[in-house]
Amino acid sequence: MAGVNRQQVTVERAREESLPASAGLTVQGLTYRFEGEEPLFDGLDLEVLKGQFVSIVAASGMGKTTLFRLLAGLLQPESGTITAAGAVPGQRSTIGYMPQRDCLMPWRTVQDNAAIGLELAGVPKREARRRVLEMLPELGLAGTEAKYPHELSGGMRQRVSFLRSLLAGGELMLLDEPFSALDAMTRISMQQWLLEVWEVHRKTILFITHDIDEALLLSDQVLVAASRPITQLESLVVDLPRPRTYETTLDERFAYLKRRLLGQLGRITSHAEGGPA
Amino acid sequence: MKLLKDKLPILLFILLLAGGWELGTRLFDVPAYIIPRLSDVCAALLNHAALLGKHFALTLWEALLGLAFSVVFGVLSAIWIDSSSLARKTIYPLIVASQTIPIIALSPIMVMWFGYEIGSKISVVILFTFFPIAVNTADGFRAADREIGELLRSMGAGKTQLFLKWKIPSALPSFFTGLKMAAAISVGGATLGEWLGGESGLGVYTKRAANMLRGDDVFAGVLLLSLMGIALFVAAQMIERLVLGHRRS
Repeated sequence: MAGVNRQQVTVERAREESLPASAGLTVQGLTYRFEGEEPLFDGLDLEVLKGQFVSIVAASGMGKTTLFRLLAGLLQPESGTITAAGAVPGQRSTIGYMPQRDCLMPWRTVQDNAAIGLELAGVPKREARRRVLEMLPELGLAGTEAKYPHELSGGMRQRVSFLRSLLAGGELMLLDEPFSALDAMTRISMQQWLLEVWEVHRKTILFITHDIDEALLLSDQVLVAASRPITQLESLVVDLPRPRTYETTLDERFAYLKRRLLGQLGRITSHAEGGPA
Repeated sequence: MKLLKDKLPILLFILLLAGGWELGTRLFDVPAYIIPRLSDVCAALLNHAALLGKHFALTLWEALLGLAFSVVFGVLSAIWIDSSSLARKTIYPLIVASQTIPIIALSPIMVMWFGYEIGSKISVVILFTFFPIAVNTADGFRAADREIGELLRSMGAGKTQLFLKWKIPSALPSFFTGLKMAAAISVGGATLGEWLGGESGLGVYTKRAANMLRGDDVFAGVLLLSLMGIALFVAAQMIERLVLGHRRS
C-alpha cells in the first residue's frame, strides 16, 4: 500500500496493564483507505467496554467489513492504534474473528474445525480436541464432533464457526454478519442461541449486522456510522433488561429504541444518497 | 453384494464383447494375424505365463517409478508456481506450452540422453505424466478458499502453517485428479519407451510378436498392458478414496 508509507504507522498492541481495566477494545485515530480511493475511515475513535455486546449498523458499502479486517489484523491501517484487551506486543492477535461465511474446512470434522485456533496457538492436538469436546454440549453441538461440515445445516455450521472463534480469541470477538445467510426462522433461533451462550461467557463482542432488530435484541449498545468517510460512530444505548429472549422484540421499549435507531439511520441514508455509492 | 450389483452391467457387457469376438472370428474365419481368436489369445496368455509375468513386472516397475518421479517433480513445481508470482507468470505457461510438443517425437531424445537402460523408459513416462500432476496440483493450490486462509492468518498462522493446514488439504482433490490421469497414461509412456529401444518389457514383447506376425501373442501383451493401466488407475482411485473419502464428493 502506497498510503502506508506516507504517514507513520503506529499500530501496536499494548500491554493489558497499560489499558483501563474496563476497556475491551480501544481504537484511536484510525485512518484507512484503499489505494487511490477516498478514505473509508478518518481519525475514527472507538471504545468498547469489556464484557459488552456492541453492534455496528451502517448502510452497505460503508466499510464495516474493512473495519473488521483492520481490527483482526488482516489489514494495516494508514495511521491510528488498535488495542485489544489481553493482547501482548509481538504476540499473535487475541481477537476471535468470525467471518460472514462459516469458512469451515471441508476436510476437518466439527471437532477439528473448532480446534484449529488452539492448534495454531501451539496447544497439543489432543488437548485442543478435548477442550472442544467439552464445549460442544453447551453450544448445542453435542454428538456432532465426528461430523463433517457438509453434514450440518447452515445454523449448525455457524455454531461451529462461532465456537472456533470463541476458542481462538481471547476476550474480544468480532462477528461479521454471521446470521445474514440464514433463513428467517433459523436466524431467530440462532439469535436466541447467541444470547444464551453470551450470557455464559460474557466475552466482549463487536457485531456487524444489517438487521436492526437483531442489533437491538442482542446489544448493549448500537453504533451507527454517521458519515462517509467514517470519522465517528453515533451511539445508541440499548437499556433493555437482560436476560433477553426473542419476546423482547415485542417490548414497548424495543419499539421506542427501534424508532430512534431508524431515525439515526434515515438521516444517514439521505446523507449518503448524494455521496459516492 | 452392492458392489456386484453396481458392476454387473459392465461385467455382462465385457462378457458379451468377448463372446462376439470369439464367435465373429470363427464365423468369418478371420486370419489369426489380423484378429486372433480370443481362445487363442487366452491360450497364448497361459502358455507364456511365466515369460509374460516377467515382462509385465518390468513394465509395471517402469511405470511406477516414472509416476513416482512425476509426483515429486510435479508437486514441487506446483508449490514453486504457487509460492512465486514470477514463477506463475513464467514457469506455468511454459509447462502448458510444452504440451504442444509431440512427446512421441521427443522420446528418442530421452534414449540419446539416458541410453537403452531403464532410465530412458522412466523419463518417457515422466514426459507423459508430469503435466497432469503439475498443472492439476497448481490449479488446486490456486483454488484454495482465500477466506479460510485469511481466517487462519487472523488466528496467527504463519507461512508453514498456512501451507500445511490450508493449501495442501485444499489442493488434494485436484492432485488426485491429476494422479488418476497420470496413472492411466503412464503405461503408454512405458510401452513407448520400450519400443524405442529395450530388451524386455511388454512393449518389447508385443513389438517382437508383431514382427513375427504372432497375432495371439500381440493381443495377449496388449490385453495385459490395458489391464495394467486399469489397475494403476483403480489403485490411484483407491488411494484417493482413502484420503478424501469422508469429504463431500
